[in-house]
Amino acid sequence: MRFLILLLASLLALPAQAALNIFATVPEWGALAREIGGDKVDVFTATGGLQDPHHIQARPSLIARARNADLLVATGAELEIGWLPLLQRESGNPRIQTGQPGLFEAARQVAMKDVPTRLDRAEGDIHPGGNPHIQTDPRNILAVGAALTERMAQLSPSDAAAYRANWKAFSERWQAAIARWEKQAAPLRGVPVVVQHKAFPYLEDWLGLKEVAALEPKPGVEASVAYLGTLLGQVAGAAPKMVLVAAYQSPQAAEWFGREAKVPVVVVPFTVGGNERAKDLFGLFDDTIDRLVGALK
Amino acid sequence: MNRTSIAVLAASGLLASLPASAADADLNALRDEIRQLRDSYEQRIAALEARLAQAENQAGAAERSAREATVAASQKPASEAAFNPGIYAILSGSYTALSQDPRHYSIGGFVPPGDEIGPRRRGFGVGESEVGLSANVDQLFRGQLTIALPPEGGGAEVEEAYIQTLGLGHGATLKAGRFLSGIGYLNGQHPHSWDFADAPLAYKAMLGGQLRNDGVQLKWLAPTDLMVELGAEMASGGPFPSTDRNSNGVTVGTLSAHLGGDVGVSSNWRAGLSLLATSPRDRAYDDTNAAGADVTNAISGRSRTWVADAVWKWAPNGNPTERNLVLQGEYFYRHETGSLAYDVDGANLAGDYASRQSGFYAQAVYQFMPRWRIGYRYDRLDSGTTSVGLVKGGLLPAADFPTLASYRPQRNSLMLDWSPTEFSRLRLQFARDQSRPDATDNQLWLQYIVSLGAHGAHRY
Repeated sequence: MRFLILLLASLLALPAQAALNIFATVPEWGALAREIGGDKVDVFTATGGLQDPHHIQARPSLIARARNADLLVATGAELEIGWLPLLQRESGNPRIQTGQPGLFEAARQVAMKDVPTRLDRAEGDIHPGGNPHIQTDPRNILAVGAALTERMAQLSPSDAAAYRANWKAFSERWQAAIARWEKQAAPLRGVPVVVQHKAFPYLEDWLGLKEVAALEPKPGVEASVAYLGTLLGQVAGAAPKMVLVAAYQSPQAAEWFGREAKVPVVVVPFTVGGNERAKDLFGLFDDTIDRLVGALK
Repeated sequence: MNRTSIAVLAASGLLASLPASAADADLNALRDEIRQLRDSYEQRIAALEARLAQAENQAGAAERSAREATVAASQKPASEAAFNPGIYAILSGSYTALSQDPRHYSIGGFVPPGDEIGPRRRGFGVGESEVGLSANVDQLFRGQLTIALPPEGGGAEVEEAYIQTLGLGHGATLKAGRFLSGIGYLNGQHPHSWDFADAPLAYKAMLGGQLRNDGVQLKWLAPTDLMVELGAEMASGGPFPSTDRNSNGVTVGTLSAHLGGDVGVSSNWRAGLSLLATSPRDRAYDDTNAAGADVTNAISGRSRTWVADAVWKWAPNGNPTERNLVLQGEYFYRHETGSLAYDVDGANLAGDYASRQSGFYAQAVYQFMPRWRIGYRYDRLDSGTTSVGLVKGGLLPAADFPTLASYRPQRNSLMLDWSPTEFSRLRLQFARDQSRPDATDNQLWLQYIVSLGAHGAHRY
C-alpha cells in the first residue's frame, strides 16, 4: 500500500513539460505541427502512413497520450468518428474536448468536396461533412497550416513568434514547391483516371485529373470480381490512363483492374510515411507527382 | 486619379502666374481656356470619384449579401430537434439448435447466478433488442441511456443510464448512475460487440453474465506514456453476487488497475487486475434435496472476486483492416464465507458456508481476410470443494445440496463470422458445452447482429 501511494505521488509530481504537447490523429497533421512548432513542440502521431485512419482502435497507448495532450489535431469531418470520441472521453482531459481550443479540426479550414446530399448507410461509408481526405491538395495544407499556427500561438503565447516565423518560412518554401509541382504535373491535366477508393477528389481538383470510375461500388465496400468486370466494360470508352490507390489500402482490386485494362497501377503514399520517400510533407508530394507523371510515360 | 488632378491643377496654376508681358487679350483668352479646361477636368474627376464610390458601395453590398447567403445556407431551420441525442438500435436474432433442454441449464458446482445464463431457447428467436440514446448534456456532462427489450416481453429493462464528466482534469473521470462495471476486460463491452454469441462460462458463473452497478465510478489515468488506469466503484447491491441490502451504506465495491501499451507498430496490449467485494444477505437459490423435493436455500456472508485479464492484439503494420489477431483471456477467483440457510421456507436450518471457486477462458480470434474472422474459445471452471457446515456437522447429507457438488465444467466454442460492414455481422458458432455434470450439450448458433443509426465507437 505504501508503495502504491509513493508511486502515485511520484506520478503526480512529474514536472509539467514546457513544450506544447500535440496529439495528431494522422501523420500529415503531425508533420505539419512539427514544421510549425520546431523544437518547441512535442508531437505524437496516433497512426502511421500504412494504417487506415477510418479503422483505428482507441488502444491504451492512444488513451495515455491523449490524456497529456494540450492540443489534439484531427482531420474532422467524421474521418476519426470510430475512435476519436472514445479517446476524448476516456482521456479525462478537459483541454481536448469538443468546443475547446485544444481540439483543432483541419477539415474546418477548407472547402469540403463530395458533401453527400443523401445520408443513408446503403450508400456505403459516407461522411456527412464531405470527403475528409483533404491532405492530397497542397493548397489545403497551406490553409490548414495558417490556422494551426494561430491555434498553437493562442495555446502557447510565449512561443507564438517562433511558430509564426517557422510558418512564414515553411509557407514560402511550400508555395515555391506548389509552383514546381504544378509545372511538373502539367501533362496530367485532363487525364482520365480510375480510383480504388474515393479518396482523391482534392488531388484531382488540384491537378485537373478526371476521375472516370471508382473500383469500390460504394465507399468502403470492396468490389467483387463480377463488379470489376462490369466496370471494366463501362470505362473502356473513357480510356483511363492509370488506377490510383492509397498505400494503406490493399491493392488487389486495383491490380486486377490494371492487369485487365492494361493500365498502370499507381500506389501513392497518400500521407507522410506512406512510403520510403514520403518522409515529410515535401517528400509526400515530390513522390506523388513523380509517380503520377511517371505513369503517363 | 488624384495624382492626375493635382498635376492638372499645378500646370494651370503655373500658367496662370505667367507675367503679363505678352498681349493681354491673348493671355486672357488662354486663361479662360485653361479655366474651362480645369473646370471640365474637375467635373469629370468628381464624376469619376462619385462612380468609384458608388461601385465600391455596390461591391460591398454584393459581398455582404453573398456572406449573408452563405450564412443563411449553413443555418438549419430553428427546431427543437436540432439538439436530439444520437440514437441507435441493435437488432439481433438467431437460429439455435441445442442437444439438451435449455430450461434445465445449470453450471455444475456453482450456485445459480440468476436465470439469464443459459441459452435462451431452441429454434428461431430474436435476441434482446437494444435502443440507446447518448449526447453531451452540457459542457460538463455526457449522458447515456441504453434500454434492452427482451423478446419475451415483460417490459423494457434499463441496461445503462449514467452521466459521465467530460474531463474533470488531471485524468479523472466520474460516472454516476447504472453502468457496466470496469472490472475485467469483457465486462465493459456491450454484448453485441462480443466475439462469441454468448458470454464465457466464467462470466456466467461469477457475475451472472455481466456486472452492472448502480452507483458511482471514479477512474484515474496516470500522466504516463504507458497507460496506467485505476478505477474504483461504489454501489448498492442487487445483481449477483450481491443482494439488495436495504441499506444506506455501500454494499458493493470494486477496485481495478489496468496497464496497456504498444509493442512496435503491429502489436498492442492491455492487462489488469480487479477486485469485486460485496456482502450478500439471504442470496437465495433453488435446489432439489435428497428426497427430490424443491427447496430454496440462501447464502449470507462475504464475497470477494478477483479478476485478472489480458488482451493482445496484432495486425500487420497496425492496420487491422486486412488481417488481425486478438488473443484474450481472463481468470476469476472467488472466495465466499458466511452462512448457508437450508430450506428457508421449511426446515430453515443454518450453518457455516465457505467456497473457493475459480475459472478462466482463453480465446483467439483471427481475421484471415477482410470481413471474415474465425475464433476459438476454451472455458474452464473449478467449483472447488464447497464447505457446508450442515453437512460437516452431520445434520444433513451432501445429497441435499446437489448444486454444490464439486464439478469442473468446461466448454469448447468455435465461431466463424462475416461482417460485410462495421454495422452488420453474421455468425456461425458451434459449442460443446459440459456445464452440466450429467450431460454434454452440443450447441449451434446462426446469428445476425446489426446496428442502426448513430453508432458510438467500440471500446478497445
